[in-house]
Amino acid sequence: MRIVVCVKQVIDTAARIVLKDGAVDGTNLAKVLNPYDEFAVEEAIRIRERLPDTEITLISLGPEGFRDALRAGLAMGADKAVHLLNPAFDDVDSLTASRLLAKAITTLGFDLILCGRQAVDDDMAQIGPALAVYLDIPCVTAVTQLEFSDDWNRATVTRQIEGGSEIIESPLPILLTCQKGLNQPRLPSFKGIMAAKKKQIETITAEKLGFDFITGNDSTSTVIATGLKLPSLRDKGVMLDGPASDAVVKLVKSLRDTEKVV
Amino acid sequence: MFSVDFYDIESHLTDDEKLIRDSVAGFVDREVLPGIQKSFESGEFPFQLIKRMGQEGFLGASVDTHGGTRISPVAYGLMMQELERGDSGLRSFVSVQSSLVIYPIHQFGTNEQKDRWLPGLISGDKVGCFALTEPDYGSDPSGMKAKAVKDGDAYVLNGSKMWITSADIADYFLTWAYVDGIVRAFVVEKGSPGMTVQPIKHKFSMRASDTGEIHFIDCRVPAENMLPGVDGLSTALGCLSHARYGIAWGVLGAAVACYQEAVEHSKSRIMFQKPIGAFQLVQEKLADMLTDLTCAQLLCLQLGRMMAKDEVHYTRISMAKRNNVRVALDIARKARDILGASGISVEYSTIRHMLNLESVYTYEGTDSIHTLILGKKITGLDAIH
Repeated sequence: MRIVVCVKQVIDTAARIVLKDGAVDGTNLAKVLNPYDEFAVEEAIRIRERLPDTEITLISLGPEGFRDALRAGLAMGADKAVHLLNPAFDDVDSLTASRLLAKAITTLGFDLILCGRQAVDDDMAQIGPALAVYLDIPCVTAVTQLEFSDDWNRATVTRQIEGGSEIIESPLPILLTCQKGLNQPRLPSFKGIMAAKKKQIETITAEKLGFDFITGNDSTSTVIATGLKLPSLRDKGVMLDGPASDAVVKLVKSLRDTEKVV
Repeated sequence: MFSVDFYDIESHLTDDEKLIRDSVAGFVDREVLPGIQKSFESGEFPFQLIKRMGQEGFLGASVDTHGGTRISPVAYGLMMQELERGDSGLRSFVSVQSSLVIYPIHQFGTNEQKDRWLPGLISGDKVGCFALTEPDYGSDPSGMKAKAVKDGDAYVLNGSKMWITSADIADYFLTWAYVDGIVRAFVVEKGSPGMTVQPIKHKFSMRASDTGEIHFIDCRVPAENMLPGVDGLSTALGCLSHARYGIAWGVLGAAVACYQEAVEHSKSRIMFQKPIGAFQLVQEKLADMLTDLTCAQLLCLQLGRMMAKDEVHYTRISMAKRNNVRVALDIARKARDILGASGISVEYSTIRHMLNLESVYTYEGTDSIHTLILGKKITGLDAIH
């Protein structure tokens, strides 16, 4: 089976975000492989463990630093990686990113495409579904369980819906976006980390993809981000002093008159 | 990511060193920290982690054969740092298994011996211990009483070993003893007739680590269990240098855990209507802690780079072990002070690290012995003999 896994590098959610000139200042912030993409890489490796004649290719579109995310996925156990790299790719919207990925993935060939359910930085959750449209294949999102028919030609997919699960059956090729609960991603072993050094990361430029920025035939910005704001700071709490009997009176008064919640 | 990295040490690490550190950090966060307080309180080593550490490659990180994957000295140090951020007991286990059992068998054993013992030790299916210290001979191992006498196709071993990490759970005991006046090393297998092992209980330090004493009374050890490459005590000291290098890094992890806990507490604990971190006395402590920690990190990084080029004399390792354990212990004590009453509760990690570091201060060469090693290096004069 040929599995393509789409991955992205994101800022570690534990990092404290700072804005500079209207953009996130990523300098000195820890960056990691998007946690939902880890579910996708792990699932691909588990499929290969059952079906050894499987090749796992990682693909990522983004700046130079995204190589680290590819390297992390290779260390987990993916076979090879493709990096779509061009300064012009850095600011493309989800739709354009999907088209670029679709062009590259078409040349790679695939039976199964796995994506994270969403990237934890922009939370768009668009790449997977849009990519499926461009590739003209079925797509199931938020997958929590995945099984295959004996001949590996059909997938039975369980997805999370409000208050329960939905079970969907589909022929391959198919694109799935992976949700928490699908598996517990492995940590890269030392053997995996050292082996990853020898694995190939192919770089594909805009020209190779036949993507024309200059004439404007391929537009890059159907959606434009116009601003970023940090959440407002939480108001300081109010401490009610004095003996309990007085404090209770003050509390009730405040809930009724100031906060107007009772 | 380096959790405390004031001098951008991150920029000096290679991609694999960062991946290795992050992988071990993930293991510690996921599999060590949730249960370590309970292990420490109950005084039990978390056995279930041994095989997992084997699978991840921690145990075979110093050799390239028999299932091991040798990593750079700095990567090895970063692994130790992250493990000790979990607990010194866990790091001690890995130091012993990797630097003091697997490494000497690999360096000084025959091919048959390596094939026999290394795969199980590297996978974590088997546990090893390093039996050098005796009840009356710690800093002066040359005085050891353990003796082996050749008798046919075996050696008859007599003697006692004390304060041996992992003794009670070990399958293979790398035991040091005199044979005709020369120190030799034997791999004694668990259950050999004439050998008894007793756990050492009632410790107030390294409670999540197994420590034991071993007695050999006319214990017959097959002659083929002697490591032929070992020729005198200097071999044992060479292995200890390797382990001490790991300790110099490891204690940074304990120090980072304590420092972070102290910083958090200083910002959230309100006294006299303001966070205690706003007081000059607390700020001075934090400034000293971060400065000492940063210096210790830089010392380790440079030591590791020299190790990779094989440029390390054991005196350089003595300096790093001595300095970094002192620094870590001092940071732990200051953190414990800043935490106030909370500083004595094992619900915080500081007191656990502080108590553990008391052991690290005097094991693998006491602070005093490393001082004298440096004194001799500086003056050319031996303060002991």
